[in-house]
Amino acid sequence: MTVSVEEPTTAAPLVRLTDAGKNYGNILALQGVTLEVSGGEVTCVLGDNGAGKSTLIKIIAGLHQHSEGTYEVEGQPVRFTSPREALNHGIATVYQDLAVVPLMPVWRNFFLGNEVRKGPRMDIAFMRGTTKKELLDMGIDLRDVDQPIGTLSGGERQCVAISRAVYFGAKVLILDEPTAALGVKQSGVVLKYILQARERGLGVVFITHNPHHAYPVGDRFLLLKRGRVLGYYRKNEVTRDELTGLMAGGTELEELSHELEATGGAAAAAAHVLEEEVHELGIGHGAPGAQ
Amino acid sequence: MSQTVEVKPPPARDERIARRSPVARLLTRPEVGALLGAIVIYIVFFVVAPPFREPSSLSSVLYVSSTYGIPAVAVALLMIGGEFDLSAGVAVTSSALVASMFSYQFTANMWVGVVVSLVVALAIGFINGYLVVKTGIPSFLVTLGTFFMLRGLNLALTKQITGNVGTNDVSNIQGFASAQKVFASTFNIGGVSIRITLLWWILFVIIATWVLLRTHFGNWIFAVGGSAPSSRAVGVPVNKVKIGLFMAVGFMAWFTGMHILFAFNTVQSGIGIGNEFIYIVAAVVGGCLLTGGYGSVIGAAIGAFIFGMANQGIVYAGWNPDWFYFFLGALLLGAILLNNLVRKRAEAMR
Ligand SMILES: Nc1ncnc2c1ncn2[C@@H]1O[C@H](COP(=O)(O)OP(=O)(O)O)[C@@H](O)[C@H]1O
Ligand SMILES: [Mg+2]
Repeated sequence: MTVSVEEPTTAAPLVRLTDAGKNYGNILALQGVTLEVSGGEVTCVLGDNGAGKSTLIKIIAGLHQHSEGTYEVEGQPVRFTSPREALNHGIATVYQDLAVVPLMPVWRNFFLGNEVRKGPRMDIAFMRGTTKKELLDMGIDLRDVDQPIGTLSGGERQCVAISRAVYFGAKVLILDEPTAALGVKQSGVVLKYILQARERGLGVVFITHNPHHAYPVGDRFLLLKRGRVLGYYRKNEVTRDELTGLMAGGTELEELSHELEATGGAAAAAAHVLEEEVHELGIGHGAPGAQ
Repeated sequence: MSQTVEVKPPPARDERIARRSPVARLLTRPEVGALLGAIVIYIVFFVVAPPFREPSSLSSVLYVSSTYGIPAVAVALLMIGGEFDLSAGVAVTSSALVASMFSYQFTANMWVGVVVSLVVALAIGFINGYLVVKTGIPSFLVTLGTFFMLRGLNLALTKQITGNVGTNDVSNIQGFASAQKVFASTFNIGGVSIRITLLWWILFVIIATWVLLRTHFGNWIFAVGGSAPSSRAVGVPVNKVKIGLFMAVGFMAWFTGMHILFAFNTVQSGIGIGNEFIYIVAAVVGGCLLTGGYGSVIGAAIGAFIFGMANQGIVYAGWNPDWFYFFLGALLLGAILLNNLVRKRAEAMR
């Protein structure tokens, strides 16, 4: 059931917003946002609290409708009225708090709402086995898929939610601050899965208020501030200073780079970028201004 | 006790699982606390109350247990789904009254009254569920309201229609005999008389357990109780599941009401008050979490069995029955503490 997304070379982007805006009554939560998400690309949406990040992804995810501009999926104008509808178009959202039911076993969570049936009952053996295999493919080796998902670490939980979305045919994966509540090590794990989803050809929209997390994995960066677009860059268009201007310090950055490096592959390349960055900005451990 | 037989999931194939002892695995089941409690209470009464050892005593314990255990099946499912129903006790009485008075007043076949009563009971469940999901008001409050309304309706309408606090004897109405066979017959096994409610109870426990553990609907029950927003986000029809569970309570209340009607031929309009708590106690003693998302129907059945043992055992032991509710309360507290402990240990063992 896992989809293999072909590289869309000339086709329309998976998701395109043009001049999109949203107001809640007389509150202008979002204005003039233009955004493209293609397969095999990570778009990072950055901004402080209240910048409009959640509003933006709620439009894409079908929880809210845009009040201005257009929203196209693979070239077709859309106006989703429910998350289900967005899901049917291959747009899956992993919310930070809404991802899972903590007391339920991992495999029950994995298939929740998409249970595989065999007559009137569920095909439990298939679901157990598939959950284990899909998680293994993402590099999570769970001892027991029967353990309540609440007993997993925050990062692992996010990863289960991500691999679930991938398994059920998501073409676009929206992640609302998946690293916000996580420590550096766990954040590194989640960033690794973001890269893995990208390698599988998915378009990823990664929401964060932390540029340390965004820069190593992102291909495009959308900066929001108070509901407006502060900047929209491809990776080669943005200077590091512009993004890292929002950074608090270099120590966390270094740790993060070590985490990524340890995992190898594309993650190690990202770690390299991160390290260079720390070096060039002179914000490494013990450097003046490091805080 | 045949209803403790449980459907074990096939073990996952992972060599690391093998290191978890069967005891550890058993301790992760929600009904373990209740099972241990039931064994202890059984032994206590077996030792202190010689009449308790008679097979006929066990039969009457099981009968009492079944009349509380049948509604507790649905109450447990509802609690796992994250809701309460305080109107279940008086809904039993309402069901019995409706069937009895409908058939008597319209001189209709008894089965017509039975079906009308089923429709009314399901409607009560639907209204409870609809109000809860549409208003977002806690089910504790919504069903507290419907509890008082039904309690008033039971008394007022019965007096209005029959001019009495109870209903007229319906045993001469056509269809009574066959309905009595279904809902309230007795048969003999090896000289011990068994009430049919025991068989129905076992059947309901098996069906409900199968639905809960083996079907996608059961998955949804755990999910809506564990986290309604998460369930909604992945496409589970949360409102439908919850309304369905309230209607299941309506169904079991109807069934119990039918038993009362056909066992006694008349129905007193004031009965049933307070039984809603016994159903909830059975579910909680059986391992259902008050906050939803966790529990077992088999556990609730064991909880009802504990209630039945205590209820009858005190009589057999010759103790002052005034102590019964004190005992019940202590049992509930003990069960909650034990369940808490078991759950924490189970979590730690993983
Ligand atoms: N449902 C809503 N009703 C009214 N205002 C809202 C609603 N949701 C968000 N807002 C407002 O819109 C702005 C953007 O919020 P949000 O998109 O949640 O920002 P972020 O996710 O970047 O922190 C904030 O000023 C917030 O108060
Ligand atoms: Mg937000």
